[in-house]
Amino acid sequence: MIRITALTRQAGQQKILEDINIEIRRGEIFTLIGPSGSGKTTLLRLIDLLDKPSSGKIFFDGQDTAGRENERLIIRRRMGMVFQKPAVLNVTVAENVAFGLKFRGTNPAEIPQRVTSALELVGLSGFEHRRAVTLSGGEMQRVAIARAMVTNPEVLLLDEPTANLDPVSSEIIEDLLIRINNDLHTTIILATHDMVQGQRLAHRMGVIMNGRLAQVGTLHDIFYQPNGKEVARFVGIDTILKGVVQTNERGLATVALDNASFEVVTSCPPGKTVALYIRPEEVTVSIPESGKGKTSARNQLVGTITKLVALGPFIRVTIDCGTPITALITTRSCGELGLATGMTVIASVKASAIHVRADPA
Amino acid sequence: MNEIITGITQAFNLIITLNPEVLQIAALSVYISLAATILAACISIPLGGLIHFRKFRGKRTLKMIIQTLYSVPTVVVGLLIYLLLSRSGPLGFFGLLFTPEGMILGQMVLIIPITTGLVISALSGVDRNISDTLLSLGATEFQSIVQIVKEARLAILSAVILAFGRAISEVGVAMMIGGNIAGHTRVLTTAIALQTGMGDFGFSIALGIILLAIALVIVVAMNLITSGLSAEHQQVMGGPRS
Repeated sequence: MIRITALTRQAGQQKILEDINIEIRRGEIFTLIGPSGSGKTTLLRLIDLLDKPSSGKIFFDGQDTAGRENERLIIRRRMGMVFQKPAVLNVTVAENVAFGLKFRGTNPAEIPQRVTSALELVGLSGFEHRRAVTLSGGEMQRVAIARAMVTNPEVLLLDEPTANLDPVSSEIIEDLLIRINNDLHTTIILATHDMVQGQRLAHRMGVIMNGRLAQVGTLHDIFYQPNGKEVARFVGIDTILKGVVQTNERGLATVALDNASFEVVTSCPPGKTVALYIRPEEVTVSIPESGKGKTSARNQLVGTITKLVALGPFIRVTIDCGTPITALITTRSCGELGLATGMTVIASVKASAIHVRADPA
Repeated sequence: MNEIITGITQAFNLIITLNPEVLQIAALSVYISLAATILAACISIPLGGLIHFRKFRGKRTLKMIIQTLYSVPTVVVGLLIYLLLSRSGPLGFFGLLFTPEGMILGQMVLIIPITTGLVISALSGVDRNISDTLLSLGATEFQSIVQIVKEARLAILSAVILAFGRAISEVGVAMMIGGNIAGHTRVLTTAIALQTGMGDFGFSIALGIILLAIALVIVVAMNLITSGLSAEHQQVMGGPRS
């Protein structure tokens, strides 16, 4: 649907985007995920043809978009975009939604009916005559989606559509996007810094870090097999350890660290330097003599709790097992185990839960 | 003290009896300033739009010059237009000096910086995201400009009203270009200046009251426009959430 090759965008001397290559497939939900300021908005604006790339190409449905302004307008009119801060004009909701149709010279007799069905789509039936500036943030964002969808775009672009919204409003919008994609088969490209949202919505994800596309893949690829330290940190992997493969018997290898050793599943041969990525949810914590510590996990390390950080229903526990390991456990089980800093505990990880990457550095 | 009381009594007499001379002067004032304001708006709205929407070198400097001209002394504009319109001046052949049309031209020159400058600020006051939103909705550049001007309509309207206030209350241009010819170019401000000099305080006070009344009408109109907007909001907010 959209193919981007060797795209860069510079502002003065500063490179905002560098060497971006992606292919967005027709009918998929593709999320661009990355920290604030990584270039997601810039990329979306380039895709919507609001700005021009410094170099590189964007193909829309096979057609080069680097043409004259009126050709770009024709392509832009096949897309819809929703911005992070919804800009609604100081007219009624119906008039706001009708803009796209008016700009395209749609028959005025047809407009009210199409506006009504677009508002129905976003669950705002009956809001036609309300003044748009008086709506709540979530309602405004839904008006913005109705306004983008009223022209039946082939591609819907959304830039952090829920960044300023409460969890309930965010969920309404997420459900709405899934429905639009399912029922209308609209290709959706969504930028977000929220991992959970990206995970909930996306068929495929692209991780943007400092203006570069660090990894493109399915959720599983990115969450469990991150392509490098930065991506791993961003997707919530706190524990990244460096070691050397000692032995490898049919894929089950031993990796030695400075003060510990792990059994992992990898094809890396002995002698190879590797990085071990351990997701905090994969680490279980138990008390040494309680008897509950017997798990099937191959890696059981004894260590001391150095830090407990409360994260709502979860607690992040940092354990020094010769090397620091982070575990994410529920607040309830933390209470049951009576964990406190200074306690000696066993941290267990299954060999198959450790992602191993041959470390170039 | 006695003079003031007599003056005020006389002034109310003149107004209540609808003195023809007073009415003629007031009507001419409103006509000249209204014409100047409308013509200035017709030039300033497109001009302000052009300056706001186009990118060019020296835009900042131009905006600063326009803002400086907000407070240009009326007598300086009067002098400039006088030199242009006088019989030996470059526009002398039009014969506009000492005519109401010449005064309209002078007041236009006086208020165009204000209307242009305020139109630019009105347009800059429109949310930046709106322009992107309009383009993303498939607007051509022209469609998007029209929509942004519409969005700024209230701020533009108050700029125009403010400019009318400056036009009707100025003396310099009216005196120097109009010449204060009775029945022809005599307006409220020039008449007040002349009659006061002649010791005819009653007449001056009457005209002053009319001038203040016009100012009051302007203030009320401005308030209605701005509060009309917020009242509209409240009505919608308080209304049923159907």
